[in-house]
Amino acid sequence: MSTITTEPITTADSGAVAVKAPALVTGGSRGIGAATARALAAAGHPVAVAYRSGADEALAVVASIEEIGGRAVAVQADITDPDADVRLFEGAAEGLGDKVLVLVNNAGVRFDGLTAQLDDAGWDATIDTNLSAAFRLTRRALGPMLRARHGRIVNVSSIAGLRANAGQPAYAAAKAGLMAFTSTAAVEVARRGVTINAVAPGFIATDMTADLPTDEIARSIPARRLGTPQEIAAAIAFLVSDDAAYITGTTLVIDGGLSA
Amino acid sequence: MSTTTVTPEAVEAVIFEALKGFGVEEDLLSRDAEITALDIDSLDLAELAQVLDDELGVEIKGDDVKGITLVSDLIDRVVAKAA
Repeated sequence: MSTITTEPITTADSGAVAVKAPALVTGGSRGIGAATARALAAAGHPVAVAYRSGADEALAVVASIEEIGGRAVAVQADITDPDADVRLFEGAAEGLGDKVLVLVNNAGVRFDGLTAQLDDAGWDATIDTNLSAAFRLTRRALGPMLRARHGRIVNVSSIAGLRANAGQPAYAAAKAGLMAFTSTAAVEVARRGVTINAVAPGFIATDMTADLPTDEIARSIPARRLGTPQEIAAAIAFLVSDDAAYITGTTLVIDGGLSA
Repeated sequence: MSTTTVTPEAVEAVIFEALKGFGVEEDLLSRDAEITALDIDSLDLAELAQVLDDELGVEIKGDDVKGITLVSDLIDRVVAKAA
């Protein structure tokens, strides 16, 4: 998947790849979010790289997009802030020159603990960041999409929402909820040319899995390895593309066969 | 956002234009029309809220339109919200 970051973007001026609708990617400073920002930029989308605290990392993603001829801007907000949607969407529109018509709800946190011991703060933070914030940003995104008769939203869920992992009750509930929210919202807006889908990655080599016994996990995966952020980003870029216009309300599992 | 002054006339013009875009026939457009008689749905109303925000800078949410039956009620509600 190295082409995403190494091939120059062919701009509309050269006639090969038209500049497409602006995109906003939450959690865009690292991991799956950073890879997605780069993949969407490579497909011709101006990209707003939303981040909470990793300013240097977000700016590095922006720089890497600009190096290959793309357009990007970093926008900061804590998505658990009720006003974050205003900051992110106005910042993106200001920086990219037009309204966001592609939203990737990728930002996530994981507070693990057995149900018998997980505290309220861990539960609430996990639900708020992974699920409630995705709802608020989707709500904000839909108005312009409805008016434009075009829009793409991709929610980054997880196979944790499909199969049980002891110690992840909040994360599982949030990610399962995100899939249910995805399908419900999708049917509401399908007739306006807006698609809403989810991806459910399995174990992907990112900061979020760095604390896990990855060698042991890899042996349990039919593909015998963890996935890469670029592999998830490629699927998201496809769901955002015109080729995926008839795909909506679904969750694409990307897990090397783990849940097959 | 447009700099159009939020008068009842301006709101009416924006709403009527949007309703035409939703397929409402022009001879059905009047302040006295019942919204339910215009054959528009909840998604149209959600889009209308975006139009009002874009064109007039007035943010209309679900609770703002509760109990509304006539187009004139909607116009009044938008004008009041802008005040």
